[in-house]
Amino acid sequence: MNKKNKEYLIDRKDNQYEVVIGLEVHAQVLSESKLFSSSSTKFGAEPNTQVSLVDAAFPGMLPVINEFCIKQAIKTGIGLNAKINKRSVFDRKNYFYADLPQGYQISQFKDPIVGEGKVILDMPNGQKEVGIERLHLEQDAGKSIHDLDPQNTFVDLNRSGVALMEIVSKPDLRSPDEVNAYIKKLRSIMRYLGTCDGNMQEGSLRADVNVSVRPKGSKEFGTRCEIKNVNSIKFMQMAIEYEANRQVDLIEEGKTIDQETRLFDTKKNETRSMRSKEDAHDYRYFPDPDLLPLEVSEKFIEELKNDIPELPDDKKKRFIEEFKLSPYEANILVSDIDTAKFFEEVVAKMGKNKDIKLAVNWITGELFAVLNSKGLEISQSPVSAKNFAILINLIKNGTISGKIAKTVFELMIDGDKDPQKIVEEKGLKQQSDPKALEALIDKIINDNREKAIEYKQGKEKLFGFFVGQAMKASGGKANPQLINEILKKKL
Amino acid sequence: MSDITKQSLTELVENIKNKKLSSTDVTKAFIQRSEKSSELNAYITDDFTSALDKAKKFDQKPNLDLKLPGIPMAVKDLFCTKNVKTTAGSKILNNFVPTYESTVTKNIWDEGAILLGKLNCDEFAMGSSNETSHFGNVQNPIDKNLVPGGSSGGSASAVAGQLTPITIGTDTGGSIRQPASFTGIVGLKPTYGSCSRYGIVAFASSLDQAGPMAQNVKDCALLQEVISTYDPKDSTSINFKRNHYSKELTKNIKGKKIGIPKEYRVDGMPKEIEDLWQKGIQYVKDCGAETIDISLPHTSYALPTYYIVAPAEASSNLARYDGVKYGYRAKGENLIDMYEKTRSEGFGAEVQRRIMIGTYVLSSGYYDAYYLKAQKVRKLIKNDFDEAYKKVDAILTPSTPSSAFKIGEKTNDPVSMYLNDIFTVPVNLAGLPGISIPAGHDTKGYPLGLQIIGKAFDEQNILNIAFAMEEKIIFKNKITDWWIK
Repeated sequence: MNKKNKEYLIDRKDNQYEVVIGLEVHAQVLSESKLFSSSSTKFGAEPNTQVSLVDAAFPGMLPVINEFCIKQAIKTGIGLNAKINKRSVFDRKNYFYADLPQGYQISQFKDPIVGEGKVILDMPNGQKEVGIERLHLEQDAGKSIHDLDPQNTFVDLNRSGVALMEIVSKPDLRSPDEVNAYIKKLRSIMRYLGTCDGNMQEGSLRADVNVSVRPKGSKEFGTRCEIKNVNSIKFMQMAIEYEANRQVDLIEEGKTIDQETRLFDTKKNETRSMRSKEDAHDYRYFPDPDLLPLEVSEKFIEELKNDIPELPDDKKKRFIEEFKLSPYEANILVSDIDTAKFFEEVVAKMGKNKDIKLAVNWITGELFAVLNSKGLEISQSPVSAKNFAILINLIKNGTISGKIAKTVFELMIDGDKDPQKIVEEKGLKQQSDPKALEALIDKIINDNREKAIEYKQGKEKLFGFFVGQAMKASGGKANPQLINEILKKKL
Repeated sequence: MSDITKQSLTELVENIKNKKLSSTDVTKAFIQRSEKSSELNAYITDDFTSALDKAKKFDQKPNLDLKLPGIPMAVKDLFCTKNVKTTAGSKILNNFVPTYESTVTKNIWDEGAILLGKLNCDEFAMGSSNETSHFGNVQNPIDKNLVPGGSSGGSASAVAGQLTPITIGTDTGGSIRQPASFTGIVGLKPTYGSCSRYGIVAFASSLDQAGPMAQNVKDCALLQEVISTYDPKDSTSINFKRNHYSKELTKNIKGKKIGIPKEYRVDGMPKEIEDLWQKGIQYVKDCGAETIDISLPHTSYALPTYYIVAPAEASSNLARYDGVKYGYRAKGENLIDMYEKTRSEGFGAEVQRRIMIGTYVLSSGYYDAYYLKAQKVRKLIKNDFDEAYKKVDAILTPSTPSSAFKIGEKTNDPVSMYLNDIFTVPVNLAGLPGISIPAGHDTKGYPLGLQIIGKAFDEQNILNIAFAMEEKIIFKNKITDWWIK
């Protein structure tokens, strides 16, 4: 446990710098309706069609807490091994913007719903623990659209009031790779819990990235810059790389780093200053007088705890123990809940005499390749777990060879066909009758006497030639293992 | 019946129920008097045509089981009314027509009442004289060029001037009780959480409460019974057992213990206020109650506390009026310019002053010294009352430190204006119910009110005390109809 990962350091002349990263991840709560209103949260609707009077901040309209969102936040907190605060307070964060109808965002400032927790990352060189500072609930703002009209800005309030969880990490991350692993782990946990769909394209998951650098071995933190609203892991990594190097360059030139908020320009691959500390907003946080402090009972939390499914870390442990998988294989299978589900279903359908290793290889090999090439998620797999299990069993019991199985698999993709039927209809059943194969091989050796003599004289490469001939003669259906055995005997 | 408008709500309900009067008769009478009373400037928006239609419709199929059967009534223009313009007394909302109804007004219409129109008030309820309204001053029916108080000045003027049999106001620091006192009527500020705030243009969310204003205590009790409901749409609404305030109203207050807080004897208080208070003490004794001297030690901090908490909340509540979505919008070079011009032109001076105070006290570096400290003092003020209520059932004080003043007399001195609320503000800070009843006149013949403060959710008790006192006081409002030509 906690083996030291290979360090990510920035080298300059005689100096080496360590990069310190903390993330504020904004995860959209998976919920039918918004945090304080009953409007729909469905993605992709026509602009301003999912807006209630509360979301548009009409006079006299009041927020009412959506209990489901509270449950989702607490569940997420449990998934992050975090302290659940029985009393939390909603505050107003005041600032003016066209897509912020109330003139304030309802958020949690001093008393968040979830306190400290931790997340374990599986890095190539071992595990790494990342501390969670807090998780709080807040409203999303609307969207300003600047490119529809040369004169005017348009505002879409569909997102206004959608519930977000802001998950703040401790400054425990040290490299872009760790950031990658951290985001993926958070996403995985929330998808297991069903509290966030983790869809980064739709903006369900985005992050503010805090970056600072310090000489290797230093205990003190450097001045940090916050890179706002980065919406893909790749961009986060690029932004960190750029920003860390920019800061190191400044230090090397003897300049100071200004604490500021920066933007990542994805086209130019650089970060740019957005506002300095002096220009930082004074948000004038204060408890929202429209909402009473949120109090949850021990019983409420306990009931939610009973509702928590097996999470990736536990599932991984179980896969290793129960199925004798390697940690690496287990990781691949558990990192996404749908992959884990598919795998477990295959295992269940394979019945008693099952070859789990073979199933894992086929999932991570053939199946992933097909999904990749078609751009599909495993939940949209063209081959069902049931038929997939049958295919693995056909290989396992010797009905078809691995090679034929690939042909069968190709045919299964189109309409999730039963591999058993394909094998029967196409006559792909493997020839495993030793007598028939012996006859077949005798004929080949007879037809290629000269080559057989050459082989015996030491030209061992020719063995492959005979295997090829035998397979060809059988139309690819001969059991390759048997062919090998008989050939070795006869030659 | 020529003097329909002189009748109390209770009389009107009775007369409609036993068919001596139709809703149309009553509605017509109040419309006619309202039309003749334009000089009071009590209305911002009238809805007379549609009120008459509704009255006729009511008469065709009268449901006499309702509590306010076919009773016409105007309401403060802070309540959002569906399809009827709602301005909050501000230019920034001078074109705003809600598509929704406040819970309190919905409760009223559901009991059969009919909207006459929307009554003038201080802009966003910020004021004690109705002089901050974008729609001009309201005249007090008591005398020409006299303020009716505020912020529910139009409401008070309309009830005292008999333009509406009853009305509802809102009270954040005294905005029902002070104008009630200035115009010689009854006004109740219910316990915080008693009446839903849904659909009421917000001033200071932790203090705002809607409440009834009426000519007498019984009418007030009946209206309170109608408007006070638990409302899940307001997270601060409280689900407690509500009395049938009018049915349970009793003059028997024998043995009740009434606290007299020494801290309300403030410096420079006119002798006539002190005398009124002494008379009040005698009245409650006459009713068989007992008075006990009590102390509310943090009273003097109430006003400064209020003028931190209320502006702080207001500065945030009023941020939504930005010209983007509804209401007034000024043209600007860019977004910031548009905001600045919209809000500079759309808000009046007093509102701007309070937004600035509120923004200041919430700013980083000042938050702890002002807002946080004010919240702590607020708790102390509430504790004072909690302590007192271990010994007494209710507290008797003057409603205001003076009678109504002349229009323009205090407009250049905001602090002296704020001092008007010195007796009412602690009640809001503590979230308690308080009622002002007319109890006498000053030397100029202007009405003066007494305030009875109750325990939380104990509206019935203060209504009973007020009801008992009302019988002893025999107050007669001196209305000369000076404004009717």
